Amino acid sequence: MENLEQLVQDGLKAVQQATDLQTLDQVRVDYLGKKGVLTQQLKSLGQLSAEERPAAGQKINQAKGEVQDAINARRTELESAALDARLAAESIDVTLPGRGQSRGGLHPVTRTIQRMEQFFTRAGYTVEEGPEIEDDYHNFEALNIPGHHPARAMHDTFYFNPGTLLRTHTSPVQIRTMEDGQPPFRMICPGRVYRCDSDMTHTPMFHQVEGLVVDKDISFADLKSTVEEFLRVFFEKDLAVRFRPSYFPFTEPSAEVDIEWGRNEDGSIKWLEVMGCGMVHPKVFEYCGIDPETYRGFAFGMGVERLAMLRYGVNDLRMFFENDLRFLRQFR
Amino acid sequence: MKFSEQWLREWVNPEIDTQGLVDQITMAGLEVDAFETVAGEFTGIIVGEVLSVEPHPDADKLRVCQVAGGDETVQVVCGAPNVRPGLKVPFAEVGAVLPGNFRIRKAKLRGQPSNGMLCSESELGLSDNHDGLMELPASAPTGENVRDYLGLDDATIDVDLTPNRSDCLSIRGLAREVGVLNRQPVEGPEINPVEPVHSDVVDIRLEAPEGCPRYLGRIIHNVDLSAETPLWMRERLRRSGVRSIDPAVDVTNYVMLELGQPMHAFDRSEIEGGIVVRWAKPGEKLVLLDGQEVELVEGTLVIADHEKPIAIAGVMGGEHSGVAEKTRDLVLEAAFFDPICIAGKARHYGLHTDASHRFERGVDPELTRSAMERATALLLEIVGGEAGEIVEVRSEEHLPTSPVVELRHQRVTDVLGIEIDRTEIEEILTRLGLHVDKLTRDGWMVHVPSYRPDITIEEDLIEEIGRIYGYNNLPVTEPVGSLGLREEPEAVRPINSVRSLLVDRGYQEAVTYSFVDSRVQALIDGDHAGIELANPISSDMSVMRTSLWPGLLKTVAYNQNRQQSRMRLFETGLRFVREGEGIEQVPMLAGVVTGAQNPESWVNGRRSVDFFDVKGDLEALFELLGITVEFSAGEHGALHPGQTAQLHREGEFVGWLGALHPQVQKKLDLDGAIYVFELFLNSILSGYVPNFKEFSKFPEVRRDLAIIIGNEVTYAEVQRVAREKAGEFLTGARVFDVFEGEAIGEGRKSLALSLFWQHPERTLNDDEIQGWFNAVIDALKAELGATLRS
Repeated sequence: MENLEQLVQDGLKAVQQATDLQTLDQVRVDYLGKKGVLTQQLKSLGQLSAEERPAAGQKINQAKGEVQDAINARRTELESAALDARLAAESIDVTLPGRGQSRGGLHPVTRTIQRMEQFFTRAGYTVEEGPEIEDDYHNFEALNIPGHHPARAMHDTFYFNPGTLLRTHTSPVQIRTMEDGQPPFRMICPGRVYRCDSDMTHTPMFHQVEGLVVDKDISFADLKSTVEEFLRVFFEKDLAVRFRPSYFPFTEPSAEVDIEWGRNEDGSIKWLEVMGCGMVHPKVFEYCGIDPETYRGFAFGMGVERLAMLRYGVNDLRMFFENDLRFLRQFR
Repeated sequence: MKFSEQWLREWVNPEIDTQGLVDQITMAGLEVDAFETVAGEFTGIIVGEVLSVEPHPDADKLRVCQVAGGDETVQVVCGAPNVRPGLKVPFAEVGAVLPGNFRIRKAKLRGQPSNGMLCSESELGLSDNHDGLMELPASAPTGENVRDYLGLDDATIDVDLTPNRSDCLSIRGLAREVGVLNRQPVEGPEINPVEPVHSDVVDIRLEAPEGCPRYLGRIIHNVDLSAETPLWMRERLRRSGVRSIDPAVDVTNYVMLELGQPMHAFDRSEIEGGIVVRWAKPGEKLVLLDGQEVELVEGTLVIADHEKPIAIAGVMGGEHSGVAEKTRDLVLEAAFFDPICIAGKARHYGLHTDASHRFERGVDPELTRSAMERATALLLEIVGGEAGEIVEVRSEEHLPTSPVVELRHQRVTDVLGIEIDRTEIEEILTRLGLHVDKLTRDGWMVHVPSYRPDITIEEDLIEEIGRIYGYNNLPVTEPVGSLGLREEPEAVRPINSVRSLLVDRGYQEAVTYSFVDSRVQALIDGDHAGIELANPISSDMSVMRTSLWPGLLKTVAYNQNRQQSRMRLFETGLRFVREGEGIEQVPMLAGVVTGAQNPESWVNGRRSVDFFDVKGDLEALFELLGITVEFSAGEHGALHPGQTAQLHREGEFVGWLGALHPQVQKKLDLDGAIYVFELFLNSILSGYVPNFKEFSKFPEVRRDLAIIIGNEVTYAEVQRVAREKAGEFLTGARVFDVFEGEAIGEGRKSLALSLFWQHPERTLNDDEIQGWFNAVIDALKAELGATLRS
């Protein structure tokens, strides 16, 4: 049985010398497998007396256990080393850029209109659209701008023929909506509009968002709150807002709206005109078949590019229609 | 309109500074565009008197002058051509500072000492005139500070009046408004009738009383138009932005600025017979004061004599009948012309005059007589002469009547959202010059003065009340409305979700002009003639687009010229196509893709984008919308004949996808292969509402086959044949390989397909599958000439 001691010692040595799992498994087979040297020892038990057998058997099993433990320990060691090696081999440079398509972006005009639509639709407004090639009636006449009216000079109109033109504002959409429906109305109409003018601060096409609210109990005070709230949520700032008397043929009373935009040297507020508004003119209601004694309404309108320029710090109106990718990509 | 603050303050002088005044009238609705001082910054300039002028011994163009005005008479060297003894001029003494911080020092000019400088208008910042010294009147007190003498502590205020406020197109009107705002009385110069001293009168006939219901004429004899307009008047005109011409024109302009009544002066000797106000006859011609000859059109109101037109009424006088230095006798005109008859006439002849500006907007019809008296008095003072009697011809029935407007207190409250005290309303209206009659019940009858033609209805009065009360003093209340819900059809996808999908797939939205270059459009869309603008801004923006491609391709070119090669762009918007008598304006979605498939990167590879990349984007879009769209080969003039797909949804044509034709691409100067698509938005936005169906719990069976077929056979045909023969339990067919090459043989290609079957209620057995599979193979062989690939 001294042999057993030696076998165990040899086995443990072989386990320690195994440097990979395959060799280690061979050691297991050599010592503990069916024909392994330690397993063979059990077969020699038959030569012993019945009294000697249990003790001897126990010793052999102990020896086997000792070698098995060593193998298990070594396996864990080797497996862990192998995993470490694999992980090391699999490591990558996580700072390299990712694969695939980059994202595009919305045009800043669309982005701006979408924000405006969100504010207003959440307050129950509908979004209405209409034709861009309009007739004189819907663009001017029904808005209380008859043929001879000096206000027509304020609109440099693109014509196709004397009765057909490119709409100069989105107000004809208000007319069409009122013609087709029944009050109350709460709507905005975003869209392209056209004026025959092109220089540093004018493009022949631009966008407007106009709003219209018609109901039985609408006042100028309601208009003021709507406009003020809109400007504050749009700019996300508690801006000073003021209403300045003005003139539009389709509203009476009419106002232009200025917002606080910085300060003058003397500390006074620098005012910047951002939109026009007013109470719907009774004549406009009459054109649309709405009784101005029963219903009142307010309307407001603004230039989308102008508000986008202020919001995003764009300093040249013309960039909106050049579609330079270096410009557009800044509004993703 | 530009006006002098000092002039206004002669009428009404509130205790506020210039900025305060500007703010005040801006907030009353008379928006001030700008204001500036009327002269440059300077000090130490006095009225100098040139006592003597001697030639400079060493310079031909310089003169040596003795100038009085300062503490003692000094010598000044001057080069101005108009320097002469006795002349009074602005004299900058040594120590004076001119605009631009230019300090006057003792100097020597070509050896002659010079103590100060004689100044031109431009040197004082009064005008651009540097043609010589500014000549002051002989009466100017020598030694007086020029700034005080000329009243130069004044500002020119430029107010941008809205078209309804014609009443403010004069000092009188502005003063009235400022008086209202400051609760101060307004006082203008006293206007007294000028007694006629001769009986020569002009014969006046109103043949178009609907256009001219009132005309006043007065003959003035023996005028001397060589007289000079006095400096004070020239200064006021200058500060109002009006050029001084001659005393007659200056006086009429002055009265127009002061009172708001445009006037005109004719040379009496050029008027044949008398004055007739009538409509122009077709073919009549008139040479206007600005020298241009116009052919008068019907509907133009003219002032004529018994032979010919001599002025376009309310717009501009004729050259021939105008006054000149030789004029001895003149006829002054003050008339009221109907705004509607004048509107647009000036523009028709390419003109815009101070008179037409006022008459188009409405002049006070009761102003003519006082304006005539004021002009006569001013004119006589300057040019002498003898005034005759004023002849007034009018047509009462055509004169505008000042309306009486009912105003209800409740309506004021309803519209403005605040109950303003009745006495306050009455007070505001009265201050505005409106006459207020009390009604017993709830309001007033308000008499509108003739100078406020803009006030015709109740709302106009309410605006006046709100304006004077102050818009910013009105309350702020949230509108109250119904909280009812609105229908939102679930099957219709909002356009914004289409935009989002494209953006997520790498597309950048563009917004291009709706009008495009007609040549580019013809190249892209030969089927439709673009609708032409009558007055385009330029030739490359002259027709309405019939497709969004011209704008997008222009954008590609623009960016390719700026070192951008990879682009994925889309746009939504209307296209405009003539449809019979009407115009079809329908929303489109279009895109253009060019350059690398992916952004250049270490891992993306450098493959260029191809047809199927873009088709994949559209398929994803159709999936989002929940619609089935079929692609089939098509023909489009602008597209590559072998890479064009027409798209149909349930038989309806919905758009195009294809590669731009290489020739079109070359003509547009574009680089690289370019893929474009365009879809009719209204045909694709409406999809379906999900409707659950039971799905099978039994296994799906797959069979693969590879066939070789002719190149001309499309996958769509293969799929159709397979689906026909594969039995009712076929659940899918997929192509997983397409291959062309030598191994296959010329003109042929290999297609590898997978077919999938599944039964809803049981497992399918091999025999069934094999039966359908064989039927498919047989049909492909028989119908499409396919052979099985081993």
